[in-house]
Amino acid sequence: MEQLKTIGRELAMGSQGGFGQSKEFLDLVKSIGEARSKAEEDRIVLSEIDILKRKLLEPDIPKRKMKEYIIRLVYIEMLGHDASFGYIHAVKMTHDDNLLLKRTGYLAVTLFLNEDHDLIILIVNTIQKDLRSDNYLVVCAALNAICRLINEETIPAVLPQVVDLLNHQKEAVRKKAIMALHRFHRKSPSSVSHLISNFRKRLCDNDPGVMGATLCPLFDLITEDVSSYKDLVSSFVSILKQVTERRLPKSYDYHQMPAPFIQIKLLKIMALLGCGDKSASEIMYMVLGDLFRKCDSSTNIGNAILYECIRCISCIIPSPKLLEAAADAISKFLKSDSHNLKYMGIDGLGRLIKISPDIAEQHQLAVIDCLEDPDDTLKRKTFELLYKMTKSSNVEVIVDRMTDYMISINDNHYKTEIASRCVELAEQFAPSNQWFIQIMNKVFEHAGDLVNIKVAHNLMRLIAEGFGEDDDDADSKLRLSAVESYLQIMSEPKLPSLFLQVISWVLGEYGTADGKYSASYISGKLCDVADAYSSDETVKGYAVSALMKIYAFEIAFGRKVDVLPECQSLIEELLASHSTDLQQRAYELQALLALDARAVESILPLDASCEDIEVDKDLSFLNGYIQQAIESGAQPYISERERSCMLETTDYHSRDHHEVPSHALRFEAYERPKPSSLPTQASTELVPVPEPSYYSEAHQPISTSSVSERESSEIKLRLDGVKQKWGRPSYQSSTSASSTPPQAANGTSSHPDVGVGSSSLKPRSSYESKKPEIDPEKQRLAASLFGGSSSSRSDRKSSSGGHKPAKGTASKPPKENPIPVQPPPDLLDFGEPTATSVTATDPFKELEGLMDSSSQDGGSTDVMGVLYSDAAPVTTTTSVDSLLSELSDSSKGNPDTYQSQTSKGPNSKEALEKDALVRQMGVNPTSQNPTLFKDLLG
Amino acid sequence: MIKAVMMMNTQGKPRLAKFYDFLPVEKQQELIRGVFSVLSSRPENVSNFLEIDSLFGPDSRLVYKHYATLYFVLVFDGSENELAMLDLIQVLVETLDKCFSNVCELDIVFNYSKLHTVLDEIVFGGQVLETRTDEVMKAVEEISKLEAASNSISLVPKSVSGWRGGR
Repeated sequence: MEQLKTIGRELAMGSQGGFGQSKEFLDLVKSIGEARSKAEEDRIVLSEIDILKRKLLEPDIPKRKMKEYIIRLVYIEMLGHDASFGYIHAVKMTHDDNLLLKRTGYLAVTLFLNEDHDLIILIVNTIQKDLRSDNYLVVCAALNAICRLINEETIPAVLPQVVDLLNHQKEAVRKKAIMALHRFHRKSPSSVSHLISNFRKRLCDNDPGVMGATLCPLFDLITEDVSSYKDLVSSFVSILKQVTERRLPKSYDYHQMPAPFIQIKLLKIMALLGCGDKSASEIMYMVLGDLFRKCDSSTNIGNAILYECIRCISCIIPSPKLLEAAADAISKFLKSDSHNLKYMGIDGLGRLIKISPDIAEQHQLAVIDCLEDPDDTLKRKTFELLYKMTKSSNVEVIVDRMTDYMISINDNHYKTEIASRCVELAEQFAPSNQWFIQIMNKVFEHAGDLVNIKVAHNLMRLIAEGFGEDDDDADSKLRLSAVESYLQIMSEPKLPSLFLQVISWVLGEYGTADGKYSASYISGKLCDVADAYSSDETVKGYAVSALMKIYAFEIAFGRKVDVLPECQSLIEELLASHSTDLQQRAYELQALLALDARAVESILPLDASCEDIEVDKDLSFLNGYIQQAIESGAQPYISERERSCMLETTDYHSRDHHEVPSHALRFEAYERPKPSSLPTQASTELVPVPEPSYYSEAHQPISTSSVSERESSEIKLRLDGVKQKWGRPSYQSSTSASSTPPQAANGTSSHPDVGVGSSSLKPRSSYESKKPEIDPEKQRLAASLFGGSSSSRSDRKSSSGGHKPAKGTASKPPKENPIPVQPPPDLLDFGEPTATSVTATDPFKELEGLMDSSSQDGGSTDVMGVLYSDAAPVTTTTSVDSLLSELSDSSKGNPDTYQSQTSKGPNSKEALEKDALVRQMGVNPTSQNPTLFKDLLG
Repeated sequence: MIKAVMMMNTQGKPRLAKFYDFLPVEKQQELIRGVFSVLSSRPENVSNFLEIDSLFGPDSRLVYKHYATLYFVLVFDGSENELAMLDLIQVLVETLDKCFSNVCELDIVFNYSKLHTVLDEIVFGGQVLETRTDEVMKAVEEISKLEAASNSISLVPKSVSGWRGGR
């Protein structure tokens, strides 16, 4: 039947030319539709292109034919083929007086050309003329075209006409003119900045449709600058009120819902305006409450508005009653059978959890259901929620789940994301080092090519330094377990390069340390790695360096070294390698084998990867030599700066020449995997001036805690000298803030039994009536996921004494917030690409220390801890960037220099900061204009 | 803001592709193929949402709906509401349905420029312009009428009824 209908239509169109289209076009479409392969389709299209090219060259093509050719061109380009040979004909068609042809021309041009295309200049004139046309349909067509075709340079050419059109008698034109202005604003805010008041004016347009259109640009404007629109809060609220009270014409209803798209836009705007503004929020309470009561949750669009209300409430400073209503709406979403609503529910939960952390608890089983749902989108959203809820009490369960999921998916983009989240959570909350290494191995094994190289360096540093305990025994045990796990994993057929680098390094450093494995066994394994991955030079380099270390330790112990035949052949192969790096490593290894024990020991001391190598930056040992040279008539050294000053006055060209090395320096800075975005860093690099005093001053206040931190750690560096030499300081962050979350979390986890018990009891009782058979497995999972939150809550109650949980965290922080004292996080993000410094701060060391102390100091610190661990997902990341200079690695064989960089991302506190800022500036809606909207609907 | 509107059939052939920011043809093709490969691997009865940062950059979402042989796809950023976008697809389909009375893939293939006219009335420069089916219809009819009047060359009236009789 369906087929009959189809044939009928084809016949009808074939005979009549359908929408003005010829038999040829229909044939083209049909043959492409029937093409069985991409190649066949391509062939058809290519021959069509040939035909069109020929036909377009013919003289005097009738206009109707031309229109059809252009439609065919559009069609061809949609299939992915180049139709640029016909662009000019489309441009010509826009000049036609016939509306049909003109519209076709505009359509083709908007699809073909980008705003910077050379041909646009030929259209601007036509557009100008069309904007002035008496026929509003022509005007609309032109307005439609300018959205796509006008760029920053051509905006002034059409702007006056568009502004005139704001007062056009047809509301359809006014609407489109506003949208066009909005588009201009997006493209080049400066070109329309003087016209912004027009948007405010149009908000009072008689036509609700025009008013609705105005909300789009206003939303953008308010996003950019909230404070200058605070006076509109009550207007927006009253508009929303009128819309919900069905004061708009019936024709604006959609599925019995009055103007839902306008409602949604208004709610979005209100969320922006009410963010961190108590008085603005209070104005909104009424209408939001009404919406929750009135919204019809049986239609899709009703739920869209409900969700938007939840979003709005999560942004403004809500009243407890609204929070309750939002929580109810979320639970309705989560209980629904629709995947879409579940998704919205999870999303809403993720937003609300920042304000009231308890809310997740009642929905734990629903969340777990979503986690096991076949829908990937839902699953990912749920992982996002879990990521936000992670704390040290549930980190193991969550990260295990995440890694399992990571292993199961193929989408590299998402795999990277979830791998980096695993790493982040593991670094932040790891309950034990063993576990941390296990997780890292998993991540490396399955997503090794996708994770940042820093993660690998971090892991190596962790294994090398131990974990801050003085207990050497535990360290060596850990190393042994790492070595064992690596030896096991090595037999896997295909491992990521990065992981192999870590494996090689650890085997070289600690493979023989315990005496459990013989040098020949380990070196054999390393040779296997170099053989199996012979195309990967980095891995080979690591393997050779590891071999060198193994042999060096053997020699230093006074044992006789027999180089395995396969090692020998590997070395010989590398001696002739194309890579100079590998060659050098091989030569060094060969040279080392010939040395005696004492020399070897000082070159590669055992387990000394964390020792610092003192650098005599003044090269004082050369003083005698210089003295001698000067005495015998050599020129004294002129410093770089003096030299450049001299050259500036004398020779312009050689100055240029001189700048080359400084460029080279800057180039290195860009090579870092994550270049710092701080502009001052770049400027200090550009100017070869010694350390400006600003830095040392800025350094002072922050570093009080970091200094003590540095003192407490074993490794000490002579930072001051190095810093001045290179003109850039390397900061240690104040670790007090970054260390609080683990501490607080650990505090709570000291009663895990209580927490798990209470949380698993509560939901069971409330859900028992509804779902009699709940998989005990699921309940266990729920308990372990959510247990922490309940236990931490009980903690908080005892520690912060009598605060109501939800409100206390939401409204108090601005005062207690420790952020203002801290420098902006970027300041801490100094990177030092040169291999000159620095100490490494071990986050785990701190963690360990805090674990011990957490039992003693429960009281005061706990409040802050709760703030962090409960009020929001803790996003403090402690990333340590260890820079193993390849060069030093190759010459010394052990990575000796580390760069620690601790960055903090207090983005969960952004809202609070903003709030504080708003308060500081005393921005309050002052001049409210209740009459602004009075002429809407009379 | 809405970044793109696409229609493709269940074999992955594009039927309509409109990007509200200019993209070169190759990139468009890549995106269409990428979207199709994700959509075709989705099981039945799951949500209509996708987060596709991998294709369209950070903070992009996609809403799709599957009607008979066609996928309707909207791509947009975080300033839009997912459920509302789902309804926008509904608006588009309802309008097309009224335009072509009981729309099917063929109508969309053969009425390329009319399809664009309808879409331009609903989404304008990446923003939702009109969601009232009747209003959109009115605007489209008006254009068709005027085109028919001004278009002396055209033999066929542009309104739907012209060729429906041939069925």
